[in-house]
Amino acid sequence: MAKVDRMDMPRQLAEARAKNFDEVALGYTPQMAASEAGRCLNCIKKYCVSGCPVGIDIPGFISALRENDIKRASRVLKEKNALPGICGRVCPQETQCEAYCLLGKKGEPVAIGRLERFVADWESNNPSPEQPIAITPSGKKVAVVGSGPAGLTCAAELARLGHKVTVFEALHVAGGVLLYGIPEFRLPKTIVGREVQYISSLGVEIRLNSVIGKIDNVDELLSSGYDAVFLGTGAGLPIFLGVPGENLSGVYSANEFLTRVNLMKAYRFPEFDTPVKIGKKVLVIGGGNVAMDAARCALRMGAEEVSIVYRRSEAEMPARREEVENAKEEGIKFRFLTSPKSFTGDPKRQLTGMECQEMELGEPDSTGRRRPLPKPDSDFILETDVAVVALGTTPNPLIAQTTSGLEVTRHGTVIADEMTGRTKKLGVWAGGDVVTGSATVISAMGAAKRAAADINDFLRRES
Amino acid sequence: MYEILERQDLTPIIHMFKIRAPAIASKAQAGQFIILRQGENGERIPLTLADWDSIKGTVTVVFMEVGLSTMKLAALKAGDCITDFAGPLGLPTHIENFGTVICVAGGFAVATIMPIARALKLAGNRVITIMGARSRSLLFWEQEVGRYSDELIVTTDDGSSGRKGLVTEPLRDILAAEGNGVARVIAIGPTIMMKFSAKTTEPFGVKTIVSLNPIMVDGTGMCGCCRVTVGGATRFACVDGPDFDGHHVDWDELMARQRTYLEQEARSMELWKCQRGGCTQEAQHG
Repeated sequence: MAKVDRMDMPRQLAEARAKNFDEVALGYTPQMAASEAGRCLNCIKKYCVSGCPVGIDIPGFISALRENDIKRASRVLKEKNALPGICGRVCPQETQCEAYCLLGKKGEPVAIGRLERFVADWESNNPSPEQPIAITPSGKKVAVVGSGPAGLTCAAELARLGHKVTVFEALHVAGGVLLYGIPEFRLPKTIVGREVQYISSLGVEIRLNSVIGKIDNVDELLSSGYDAVFLGTGAGLPIFLGVPGENLSGVYSANEFLTRVNLMKAYRFPEFDTPVKIGKKVLVIGGGNVAMDAARCALRMGAEEVSIVYRRSEAEMPARREEVENAKEEGIKFRFLTSPKSFTGDPKRQLTGMECQEMELGEPDSTGRRRPLPKPDSDFILETDVAVVALGTTPNPLIAQTTSGLEVTRHGTVIADEMTGRTKKLGVWAGGDVVTGSATVISAMGAAKRAAADINDFLRRES
Repeated sequence: MYEILERQDLTPIIHMFKIRAPAIASKAQAGQFIILRQGENGERIPLTLADWDSIKGTVTVVFMEVGLSTMKLAALKAGDCITDFAGPLGLPTHIENFGTVICVAGGFAVATIMPIARALKLAGNRVITIMGARSRSLLFWEQEVGRYSDELIVTTDDGSSGRKGLVTEPLRDILAAEGNGVARVIAIGPTIMMKFSAKTTEPFGVKTIVSLNPIMVDGTGMCGCCRVTVGGATRFACVDGPDFDGHHVDWDELMARQRTYLEQEARSMELWKCQRGGCTQEAQHG
């Protein structure tokens, strides 16, 4: 067989996309998908599957695609993944399935993520009615707390297994971080909406505006008729730098900035009522995907100059390579080996600048990355009127504070068995960022699937 | 959707809604708040609970028309629904039998003070309430609050009702007269009024609780928009408050953060008025 190169996915041009919130990546055409699917070796040993946290039969769906049976490809995907349109867009395939692809040993791996996205989008344009669930209802009720990737996945799995599932969401829409965190240009909200719709179609009830711990708490859910509770409450508490001036007007947590822009649609102010400061010079502090997202949002809203400030060097940045490249192409500036010391403001306490110091890399720390050390006498000031602190998040303490017998680590994460999601409290499972601290959408989904399997065993054994 | 069962106009610009929200009503406590959102393009705004009925499953909120969101709310009538309504959020006001407590309410915060005065009274306190407004036409709930107060003092800026002047004046007089007899002051109202109430009580060394009202988005501890500095530490008003010790609040910081969106707020209010036919030249061409 002639060697075919990995098919590029068309994207909006950098100059154009830096000014709009439309999706950056445009997706494969059917011809592109067919060509890319043709590259799959269909290995007997399915290496790629071992890299997928939810265990999708990857060669299976790609084979169906090769045979031009997209409907079957979609069924194969949905067997293991209720959110394929989302995962096809935001999974770090380069460190998961595609990292295991045999083709990647000598050249470029099969573009599994792009194919997944293609199939999911095709399915939504050519919907086929969901196969009725053949399984007998168990008569058991499960409460899922949080409607992010973990909660939605757990709900879908349990509904398919015949249980009655209610999802409790604190915000006014379902989707969690998929809505408030990830911007429209990386994950259009209509895609999230349609995958939430799919989960509702499985018989899952989603109750919005329901803050568990403030209305009923977990103990009350268990005593009021729920046979099991799954906690998928994520990591919603922002970490701040803790430096002077951080509460000046103009300093945001990434959570606030992104929530205003993505969930509340401040980028369409005043059509939408929620405002956000646009800023002339914007500084984003941090080196992860969230920092990239915040910087690219600020740029799209019209900031003149947006810079990422990161205390290590480019090599240590935790953001996906692809997102860093996208940001660079769009004109985001990077200031590596720079660490904030304080924020400065005018007499009206509006942000005007950030005092920084230069860093250099020392010996590797506990994460294996070289530790940044301050250079003596290297202080300088960066002018800015909007700063976004993107240093990560920890779990919201509300559930832990209001649930008896739930054990948490000193970082506030809920202690749960990695394989089963069982917490220290009988009848309560947890998975996703609330257990691991902020991680990926797909790892949360993997944990939720394992928890759902264990909850099912527990409920079936009980009856 | 959350149905408005009853609407009362307490003053021309202060309104009361009784809303069907059984899950919130069954858990509500004095000092807590809700976050609501009106319309698919609406913003999330916090309102403190004025009352609730766990048996009927209703929650009462009182608001003043001060900006776009409250003006949108004011356009609703009984039978209409509020799009989103979540709570009860924040920590309840700490209630115990302290002895004598002075409750100070500025403007429409008399609605927030009412359930607090009631809880204090039921806990056995001697409750003195001072309620102040700019003028008589903005006063409401004197009887409701009076019912739970051993003493009720009304002030208006223009002297059209009660004592002429600010709430801080009778507050200072009582503290001066009663000495150490007052165990606690709870002051709720506009930020500037809470700041000066706290300044008034500070020399007397009387613990003063204030209910802070910074800008919020989610109201559940997720965004940090509502962060305030209290005693040198950053706290989130939505989950650590809204009640804090008024003697330790960085008031100037709070007021600076509250002014963050003045420009945008004015712009969206002009647009709203414009859409309803009351356009100014600037908004038409702006």
